[in-house]
Amino acid sequence: MPTHRAQLKSQEGRWIRPALIAMALLFLALFLLMPLAAVFVEAFRRGIGAYVQTFTDPYAHSAIRLTLLVALMTIPVNLLFGVAAAWAIARFEFRGKGVLLTLIDLPFAVSPVIAGLMFVLLFGLHGLLGPWLLERDIQIIFAVPGIVLATLFVTFPFIARELIPLMQSQGSEEELAALSLGANGWQIFWKVTLPNIKWGLLYGIILCNARAMGEFGAVSVVSGHIRGQTNTMPLHIEILYNEYDFVGAFAMASLLTLLALVTLVVKSVVEWKSNKEHAHTEIGVLQ
Amino acid sequence: MTDGKDSDTMPGITLYSRNAARTTQRNILPGFGLTLGYTLVYLSLIVLIPLAAISLAAVKIEPGQFWAAISDPRVVASYRLSFIAALAAAAINTIFGLLTAWVLVRYRFAGRKLLDAMVDLPFALPTAVAGIALTTMYAPTGWIGRLLAPLGIQIAFAPLGIVVALTFIGLPFVVRTVQPVLEDLGTETEETAASLGASRIQTFTRVIFPELLPSLLTGFALAFARALGEYGSVVFISGNMPMRTEIAPLLIMTKLEQYDYAGATAIAMVMLVLSFLLLLAINLLQRWATRSRQ
Repeated sequence: MPTHRAQLKSQEGRWIRPALIAMALLFLALFLLMPLAAVFVEAFRRGIGAYVQTFTDPYAHSAIRLTLLVALMTIPVNLLFGVAAAWAIARFEFRGKGVLLTLIDLPFAVSPVIAGLMFVLLFGLHGLLGPWLLERDIQIIFAVPGIVLATLFVTFPFIARELIPLMQSQGSEEELAALSLGANGWQIFWKVTLPNIKWGLLYGIILCNARAMGEFGAVSVVSGHIRGQTNTMPLHIEILYNEYDFVGAFAMASLLTLLALVTLVVKSVVEWKSNKEHAHTEIGVLQ
Repeated sequence: MTDGKDSDTMPGITLYSRNAARTTQRNILPGFGLTLGYTLVYLSLIVLIPLAAISLAAVKIEPGQFWAAISDPRVVASYRLSFIAALAAAAINTIFGLLTAWVLVRYRFAGRKLLDAMVDLPFALPTAVAGIALTTMYAPTGWIGRLLAPLGIQIAFAPLGIVVALTFIGLPFVVRTVQPVLEDLGTETEETAASLGASRIQTFTRVIFPELLPSLLTGFALAFARALGEYGSVVFISGNMPMRTEIAPLLIMTKLEQYDYAGATAIAMVMLVLSFLLLLAINLLQRWATRSRQ
C-alpha cells in the first residue's frame, strides 16, 4: 500500500471514484444480479406449491436423472485425461508441446452446435460410421452415448487447463526429492503431487461438472429430444419454456442456478485455500 | 501472492509459460511415455477424429454446391449478424470489463469480494438458463423491457437482444485477463508520473493503459471468439427470424433438422476456419502479454 501522501497525488478526483464504482455496480447489477434474481422470481411466481408441483412430473425426473448420469460419466474420463496431460506437459520438455497445448484448447474455440454436428457426421445414420453401426444395431446419435460424447468434447479442456499452470508454477523439486528417496511413480503421485494439486483439481472437477450439467447447444444437436429418454435438464427447460410453462421452466432452471452458485462458492474457497498455502510455501522458501 | 493468481484464472485465459523455465530437464521422473501416450490417444478420439470427420465431409461436397450453400443470402445475413453482434458485445465487455477490473482492484467498498466472485457467474450458469432469464427481463413486459417499450426501444426478439445475451456470456473474459495485470502493476510508476507533474488522465493514457493493452486485447479476442459460436442463450432472446435475427449456429441447427447435412457442414466449416484464426490470434496475443509482463 502506498503512503498517504503518494496516494493523494496518484488518485482520481473526489467525484470520479464514486462515479466509477457506481458505473461498475450498475453494469454488474444489470448483467449479473438481475438475471439471477429473475430466475427465482419467475420460479416462485405462483407460490411454493406450484414450484414443488413441477418436480412431480416424471419427465422432470428423467431429465434430472439423465443429466446426473451424463455428468457422472463425463467427469472421471476428463479427470483421468486432465491429470495425465498435466503430468506430461508440466513435468517434461518435449517437441511440439506448444501445438499440444493449442490442441487441448481447441474445444473452447469450437461452437457447441458445430461440436454436436461433428459427432452427427461421424456416428449419424448418414455419417462415416453410420452404416457400420446400423448393421450392428448400435445407436449413438439420438441416444445417451451421443450426449456423453458431445459433453466430453465440450468439457475436454477444463480439468487439464486448471492443472497444467498449477503444476508448472509448483515445479518438481518435491517430486524429485521423493524420487531420490526411492519412491516409485505411483507413490510420488499419490503422496506428493496429489496433495499439492488437490484444490486446483477440485475446482477443475466442479467447473467441468457445471458445464457438463448445463451444456445446451452440443447436446441439443445429438439428443433427438425424446422426452423421458434423451432430454437433459437444459433441453427440458427449453421444451417447458416453448410450451409457455414458465414456472416449470424456471423451477428447473433454479436447480441449475443453485449449482452455478455452489460452483462460485467452491471457487472462492479454493482460491482462498490455495492463496493461503501459496503464502505459506513462499515463507518456507525464504527461510 | 500474485503468482498464485495464474492458477485460478478461468479456462481459456490462463497463461502457461510464466514459470516454464523451472520445469526444464526433468526427464528423470517416471511416467512420461504413459501420460503423453494416453493424452494423445484421448485427444485423437474426442477432438481430432471428429474434426477430421467434418473436414472430410466438407471436402466431399462439390465446390459449386459448397459455394451455393455459403453464399445464400440467408446464410450471409446470419454470418453478418453473428459477426457484428459478437463484435459489439466484445467491445462493450472491453470497456466495462476494464472499468470493473479497475474498480475491483483499486477501490475498497462494501460487497467488493462478493462482486468479484460473481463475475464468474456466466462461466458457471448454463446458457439456456441465462437465455430464458434475459428474455424475461428484456421482453416488452419484463423488468427492463417495460421501461424501454414506451421509448420505442425493443431488445428481446430484436438484434439488440442478441448483443445483450452475448455481453452476458463474454462478461468474465476481459475482467479476468486485465485483473491480474492490474494487480501486478502496483502504483509506483503512477506515483512517479504524478510527482513529475502528469495529470491523472495523462498518467492513465501514457503509463497505465499501454501496460494493460495486451491483456485487454486478449480478453477482447476471447470474448469475441466465445460470442461468435454461442447458441444456447441467443435462441431464446433473438426470436429467430430469418434474415433479421437468425445467427449462424442456429442456421446450422435448422439445416440439420431438414437433413441438409451438406449445407450444415458448409456453414460450419466457414465458422470453424474463422474460430481457428481467432485461436491463433489469441495465442499470439497471450505470448505478447506474457512477454510484456516479465
